[in-house]
Parts: sequence; structure tokens; C-alpha cells
Amino acid sequence: MDVSILLLSLLIGAIVTYFSGDKLASKVALLFSLVSFMLSLNILYSYSNGNDVSLVREWISLPKISFALLADGFSLVMVLLTTILTPLIVFSSFGKSVENAKKFYALVLFMSFAMTGTFLAADGLLYYIFWELALIPIYFIALVWGNGDIEERKKDVLKFFIYTLAGSLFMLVAFAYLYTKAESFLLQDLYKLNLSFQEQTWIFLAFFLAYAIKIPIIPFHSWQANVYQKAPTIGTMLLSGIMLKMGLYSIIRWQLPIAPQAAKEYLPILVGLSIAGVIYGSILALRQKDLKRLLAYSSLAHVGLIAAGCYTLTIDGIHGAVHQMIAHGFVIVGLFFAAEIIYRRYNTYAIGELGGIRSQAPKFTSLFLIVVVASVGLPGTYNFVGEFTVLYSLSQINIWFVILGGLTIILGAYYMLKMFQNVMLGETNSNSFSEVTIYETITLVLIISFLLFFGLYPKPITDLVHPSLNEIFSTINSLK
Amino acid sequence: METNLALLLLLSPFVGFLFNTFFGKKISKGIAGVIGTLTVLFSFLITICFFTQLIQSGKNFEISLFDWISVGNLQIDFGIVLDQLSLLWLLFVTGIGTLIHVYSISYMHEDENMAKFFAYLNLFIFFMITLVIGNNLLVMFIGWEGVGLCSYLLIGFWYKNQAYNDAAKKAFIMNRIGDLGFLIGIFILAAQFSTLNYSEIQLAIASGKVNTTALGIAALCLFIGATGKSAQMPLYTWLPDAMAGPTPVSALIHAATMVTAGIFMITRLNFLFDLTPEIQNVIAIVGVITAVLAASIGLLQNDIKKVLAYSTVSQLGLMFLALGMGAYTVAVFHVITHAFFKACLFLGSGSVIHALHGEQDMRNMGGLRKVMPVTFWTMLISTLAIAGIFPFAGFWSKDEILLAAFEHNKILWFLASVASIMTAFYMFRLMYLTFFREFRGTEEQRKHLHESPALITMPLVVLALLATIGGIINLPGSFWLNHYLEPVLATKHHAHSLGTQEFMLMGVALAGAIIGIVWAYAKYLKQGFVPKEDDAISGFNKIIYNKYYIDEVYTALVVSPINAISNFSRETIEPQLSKLIFSLGTAANAIGSQGRKLQNGNIGLYLFMFVLGICAIIIYLFIAQ
Repeated sequence: MDVSILLLSLLIGAIVTYFSGDKLASKVALLFSLVSFMLSLNILYSYSNGNDVSLVREWISLPKISFALLADGFSLVMVLLTTILTPLIVFSSFGKSVENAKKFYALVLFMSFAMTGTFLAADGLLYYIFWELALIPIYFIALVWGNGDIEERKKDVLKFFIYTLAGSLFMLVAFAYLYTKAESFLLQDLYKLNLSFQEQTWIFLAFFLAYAIKIPIIPFHSWQANVYQKAPTIGTMLLSGIMLKMGLYSIIRWQLPIAPQAAKEYLPILVGLSIAGVIYGSILALRQKDLKRLLAYSSLAHVGLIAAGCYTLTIDGIHGAVHQMIAHGFVIVGLFFAAEIIYRRYNTYAIGELGGIRSQAPKFTSLFLIVVVASVGLPGTYNFVGEFTVLYSLSQINIWFVILGGLTIILGAYYMLKMFQNVMLGETNSNSFSEVTIYETITLVLIISFLLFFGLYPKPITDLVHPSLNEIFSTINSLK
Repeated sequence: METNLALLLLLSPFVGFLFNTFFGKKISKGIAGVIGTLTVLFSFLITICFFTQLIQSGKNFEISLFDWISVGNLQIDFGIVLDQLSLLWLLFVTGIGTLIHVYSISYMHEDENMAKFFAYLNLFIFFMITLVIGNNLLVMFIGWEGVGLCSYLLIGFWYKNQAYNDAAKKAFIMNRIGDLGFLIGIFILAAQFSTLNYSEIQLAIASGKVNTTALGIAALCLFIGATGKSAQMPLYTWLPDAMAGPTPVSALIHAATMVTAGIFMITRLNFLFDLTPEIQNVIAIVGVITAVLAASIGLLQNDIKKVLAYSTVSQLGLMFLALGMGAYTVAVFHVITHAFFKACLFLGSGSVIHALHGEQDMRNMGGLRKVMPVTFWTMLISTLAIAGIFPFAGFWSKDEILLAAFEHNKILWFLASVASIMTAFYMFRLMYLTFFREFRGTEEQRKHLHESPALITMPLVVLALLATIGGIINLPGSFWLNHYLEPVLATKHHAHSLGTQEFMLMGVALAGAIIGIVWAYAKYLKQGFVPKEDDAISGFNKIIYNKYYIDEVYTALVVSPINAISNFSRETIEPQLSKLIFSLGTAANAIGSQGRKLQNGNIGLYLFMFVLGICAIIIYLFIAQ
């Protein structure tokens, strides 16, 4: 068995969901996403027993494009993140009616398919195809099922689509150039290329545009808050929980090993820009009036730190970044889900209209608070592991990087606790707030259990990703 | 066996937390309280077992439980150590913790969320034990941040009041400023030694070959962490606000245990701080300035808990002074005696507040001595102790700080003495205003005046007893504590033999305390002076009463600018940036629509372009050749 079965199961899932009709769609989607989760566990098991689960097939002979899927610890962890979060995200919508459900859930599974493909692809063109394919479902999800004024939404979602597409086109050009040198799109062939510094610089920049927009790194983030705010919460979860990790993953998998000299040359600028994002995102989050926008900017701050970790070009930084990617995936889904729970009851995200929920919904308050403290990186939660490691790697490069990047632990606490206070605490709200349902509780409890377990015992994930990260790291170093 | 016992010691309060979290609503409040108390008592008993064992055998117990985080070549495990220092801390954390749990059963019995209160208290004890018991800095950091979280939860326990929530938030954020320092300190040590384990760092330092500059920066960063948690300049302003929490919380967290974490950390790393005399000087100076500043603010506060809060800040300052002079045992001695008398004072004030149905302003108290005899006497004993009157516990520990300061630097001694005199004054001011002359509250309150029930007075009596005799753990001559702590201290702190100078200094200190008391007596008891209404306060008193406006300064210098930048970013930078980026798209659009004009269907134009193109190619080919 190889990893292609995962792609197959998700794709078939999307098709079957579409034909299952609106009533059954959510359950069928959950079923197939759970199947893909089980399959990915199975593959993980087989991989950790030393079996090769990768796949390389000739696809198109001229230009030479292969259907190559690479499954090492790093890509498997990202695939697992996708296949765990997808059923969780689908499940989180239970008990809520969605219009045109069959199309909606089919798109969700299709997106999951494309993202899984992106994490697995080991051929530049195949990777590019998956990368762009993931954009299409989220475009429709945000456009059709989003909230707020339809005209405004159309504009914002279209901007997002064109902006990210435009960024990716540069990456395509880069791949075309690389093909002329290597006569192959295969990752391992591209790793072997001996590019001049100037070539590396251009390749690096082309990749950077694609990734900086996707992640986003400031100043390429203009699309983010609007889309996060207007997309339906499931779409926001997919975007922030998984899709932006495509960019971070690609930095480590593609950008750094192919153009390491350029990365090394521009290290201070890259780390500096990422850290600027940490501070800028945090500062913006402080005074937001819309809960989803606030969370969007908090996410901007957090991914800034992850990107900084990647660009330190140290094994610790990269390692910590991977931990952070996974932890952030869970915590941001949890936060957006909490926002959704509030929206289901009050039909608003305006922080000014909220408050006093705690006395009516103590269970929800406790669960939400745990997610909040995880997002501020309290030790014992998984987020701390990554944050600590990344900050440590920054301290190894320059003490100022860690002081500035470390501001996230102060500012993060500030905006999150302020948000929590304004949304949850204070005098009892005059509108009644019903306690979380069983579906909602299960979703939040699953997220929290994950964050707490790996907060105390991150070793399984470390052991899984460490060998492959070391390999990538030595590629980066050997080409320097 | 020992491992299991140690785990029980650690996890028992956590079990209490889980129990009261999940079943708190289903059981009666009394049972919730009893279970919460028993779990802490259980930890206390196990601590005693370990303690007696340690006294007999002198052997530490250290074990690594599991791998936690690995960074580069640095492998950090979750390990615990039970040695002289951690057991000493555990003794008073769990011991006083138990007493305060008992007290809370009665104090909180009317609160609808009592089970939750005990859950949080248990969680706090769990994290405090983690902080103390860890065998490396990162495990300490788990506890360090964990107690901060519990402090946040408990300060904002009455969450309907947004002012309380603000206080809770402020406490957490100011602590986090310190925590960043702590983390950076950890990073530097990790880079230097490739380990965070205390004994391994100590070994590495003892073997020489250390980069003292890097260690100096690390020590400074760690001290910044300590100023956050232990409320020192410039990060102390959260502690007085933290009095928003229920009074048992103030006693347990914000007086006896959590705020001593900074002192614990520096004592734990004494071998590091010994290497960096410059940083030690910084610690001593920050400590003594905090002691004087906070004591001076305490002189004029009218809220009974605020007085005690500033007193705590001031006393912690004295402990840091001792640390800065390398007198670790003296600092630890004062931590312990202070835990006794300050916990007693806070619980006593809680008893008073309880009797007055929430009244905290001393201007509306008075004359409570007769109705609340137990509260009065226990608080009086503790007040004598904190004022440094012979032979109460505080006399011995404070005296040693002053002795050490006198030998170290006369200015430090002078300032510490000033702080002590002020302490005696404001504490007796508190006693006179609260317990003497006539009751100044409402008629309604007067009718309901009563002594608190036994569950409240019993802990008071125990603590008052400890505040009386606590000094025996380190009496001059025996110096039990000095000897006990010797194994964990890198450099030996020589004990004072009692000579003429020592007796003289004791006399001076005692005289100073009596001056403070007489000063308070003359003003508040003899003249019967009652502090003025807020509006009527003027001049320098007004500046002190408003805490030197330090909160306002912080707001103006830090909070307001950040908010202004945030607003500016949201309202101006973001829209402009977005416009700029998308104007690129608009530009592409415009070029497209210009280009479209070329394809207008005019065959003549096409032909013309075609010819032009051919010409261009030919010319290019010529040039290329």
C-alpha cells in the first residue's frame, strides 16, 4: 500500500458526497474523511515499520512529468494534520444546516484532497497542480457559503483568488526554469542542481512570492483578514488550519533546499520580515472589533513566528516550526470554532455586542479558555513546545531577534485575554446563551486533548519528523 | 516506592482539581471544600515523610520521569528533585496551603461557585509544587507560568466585575513581561551548558571555563523574570491590584507562596548569581528601592488589603536585598517567617472583611477589638512580628537582613532600616484604625458584628503561633536553617556570632520599630486621627496616596502608545496597504483594456503591425550577426 490510496479515498469521497444528496452529505463526508484518517494511520504504521510508502510513476513523457509522491516523516505529519483536521472540521458543522450541502461537503473533501496532494507531491509540476487545485474549492466555499454582504464578499474573495494565483504563477515560472536546467521536475533532481547564486536568488524570490502570499508574511497579507472574516467558519478553518501550512511546508521542502545560498544571504531580511509580522499582527489584533478578524490577525502573528523559525536555517528553527505548524493548526481551528459557537447563538462576531457569556455557559467558557491559553503558548500545551524551540533558534542567531520575536508571548497574552474578557466575562448578557451541544463539546474536547497530550509528550512527533528534517537540513547545508 | 510517593505528592492536588472540576456541581459545597483540603493535606503529609527522611539520611531524591522537549543537542526531561531547598518550600507551600484551604471552606461557603474556587486553588498548589519540585529550569517554568494562570483565574474569580477582570489580566500580562526575560535567560544557559538541569549547570560552573559575560546577561534576564513574579520594581504594580481576588487567594498566592517564586529561583541558581557580582548589586539595589517605595505607599493607603499588599511588595524587596548580598539563607529565612505572619494578617483582614460584609476601607472600621478578640490577638501578634519586635519571628529574620546590609553597605542598611520603621508605622496604623476607638461603620453593620467561626479562627491561631515562634528555625547560636541549606549553596554563608556590634544593631532595629509604633500610636490612637476623604487629600500626601502615579505613567508611556499604533495600523496602514497591492491588479486591468483597443478589427492596422514586426526581426538578425 502506498500513499496514493489517501488521495484516492478523498477524491472518491468528494464524488460520492456530491451524489449522496443534501441530507446525507455531511455524514458521507465525515465517513470518507474518517476513512482517509484511518488509512493515513495505517500508512504511518507501515512507514514506521520501515516500509517504503512513496510512489513514482511516469506520467507524461515530454516534458518529463512524473506522478511522484514522497512519504517521509515530515510529509506524513502534514498529511496527518490534514486528515485529522478534515473529519474534525466536518464534524464541527454537525447540528447546523448547510444549504446545498452536497456541493459544500464535496468541495471540502476535494480541498482536503488537493492539500494532501500538495504535501505529498515530489514532482514540481504535480506539486504545482495540487497547489493551485486547492485554491478552487476554497474560492467557491468562501464565495457561496460566506457571510456578510454578497457584493463586498465577491470582491474580497476574487481579490484573494487572483492575488494568490498571481503569486503562484511566479513559482510556475521558476519551475519552468529549473526544468530547463535539470530536465526533470523531480524533487530529488532539483535538489542536485548546482545553481549559481544569481539563479538561486531569482528562484528564491519567485518561490517567496507564492509562499509569502499564501502564508501570509507581511506585507503580503492584505487578503487575509477579509477572507477569514467573510468565509464560512469551515472555510476559515480549512484556510487557517491547513492551507496556510502549505506555504510553510513548501519553504522547508522546496524553497530552502533548492536555493539555500540565497536563503543564507537574505537570512536577516527574511527573519526580520517574519518577526515584523509577529509584532504587526499582534498589534493589529489588539483593537479589532470583529472576533474573526481578531483571530485572523492572531494567526498572522503566529505564522510569522513559524516562518521566522524556518528562515533561521537552523535545525532547531525548522524543527520548532514544524511543531508550531501542527499546534497552530489545532489551536486556530479551536478558536474559530469557538467563534462559530458564539455566532450560532448570537448571529454576530462583533465583540462590542458580546460579553457575560460565562455565567450562562460555564462549560463552554472552560473549554474556550483552555484553547485560549494554549494559543498563548502556556507550557504544558503543545504550542509551547514549538514556540520555545523556535524562540531558542532565534536566540542562537541574534539576541534582538528573540527579544522582538518573544514579544509575542506578551502581546499574545494581551490581545487574547482582552478578547476573552470582552467576549466571555462581565455582567450576564441579556440575551440567553445556551450551553454547548454534545457535538460542539466533542469537537473542542478532541482539540484540547490533542494539544495537552502533545504538550506534555511531543516525543512521538519529534521522532517521526526528525530523520526527514535532518535529511533536508543536510541538503541545505551541503549546497551552501 | 519513593518515585510513587513523589508522584502522589505532586498529583494529589491535581486529582482534587479534576474532581472538583467535573463533579463540583453534583456534590455539596462542603464536600467540595473538604476534598480540596484533604488533597493538599495529603501532599503536606508526604512532604513531611520526605523531609524526615532527608534529615536522617541527608540524601537527595532525584529522578527523571520522561523525555519532554529536545532542542538540538539539548534534551530536556521532566525530572523532579527533592532536596533541602525544594522540601523546605514544599513544607510551607502545602502546610500553609492546607490552612488556607480550611479557612476557605468557611470563607467561601456562600459563593455559588465554591467548587470551582477549590478546583482553582488545588490547581494552583499543583503548579506551585511543579515549580518547586522540578530538577531543571524548564519544569520550573511550567510551574512558573501555571501559577500565573491560576493567579489570573483567582484574581478574576468574581468575573462579573470588569475591574477585577482588568486586574487579573494586568497580573498575567505583567508577569509575562518577566517571563520573556526568564525564557531568554533559559536560552542563554541552554546555549552555554547544553543542559538546564540545576546540578549539571552547577557542575559545569564549578569546573570553570565559563563565559561570564553571557552568564551575566542570563542572570539579569532571570532576575527580570523574578521581578515579574515577585512584584519588584518596575513590574510590581500588578500585585496591589491583585487584591481584587478573594482574600484567601491574597493570603496564599499573593503573600505566602507564589510571589516567593522569584526568591526560590535565585536561591536555586545561587551558584550562577555568585559569579556575577554586578547583577547581584542590581538585585540588592532594586530590592531596597522597592522596599522603601512600597512601604512609603503603604503609609497612606486606606484599603486594608492594599496596605497589606504594599507591605508584601516591601517585604519581598527586603528579601531581594538579602539575595543581592549573597545572603541566601537569610532571604529564605525571611520568606518563611513572612509566609507565617503575612498569611495570618491577610486571613485576619479577611475575617474582618467577612464580619463587615465586604467593607475594606479602614475609615469605616474601628473598635473591632472587643467583638473579634481572636482575630484581633492573632493579627496583633503578626503585626508585632512584621514590625520586628523581639522575640517574634520577624524580628530574627529581619534583623539578619539588616545585619548583612550593615556589613555590606551602610546606605543599603540605612534604606532597609527606613523601610522597617515605615513598616512598623503602617502596620500599627492598620491595627489602630481597625481595632481601636469607636466603630465608624453603619448601624446595620454594627448589629451584625461577630467573631468569625472556628474554621476561620483556627488557621489564624496556628499561623499566629508560628509567627511567634517561627524564629527558632534560625536563632543566632544554633543557625539550624543555615546548616540545613548548606548542601544547596555553592558558597558558604558564614553565620554571625553575637558580638557587641550585632547587639547594637539589634537594639537600633528594635528602637526603629518602636519609633514607628509610637508614631502611629500618637497619631491614630491618641489623637484619634481618621484619614480624610479621598477628595480632601492634598499635597505630597496625594502623590503618595495615588501611588506616585506610576500606573498612570505606565499607561501614558506604554499602553496608550501601543493602542494608538494599533488604531493607526487598523484605520490607516491596512487600508492603504491593501489599496496599494490591489492597485497593481487595477494597473494590469488598465493595460489590458488599452491592449484591447489594438484588436479593433481594422485589417489595415493589423497589416501595418505585421510589416513592422517583420522589419524588426530582420533588423534584429542583422545586428545579431
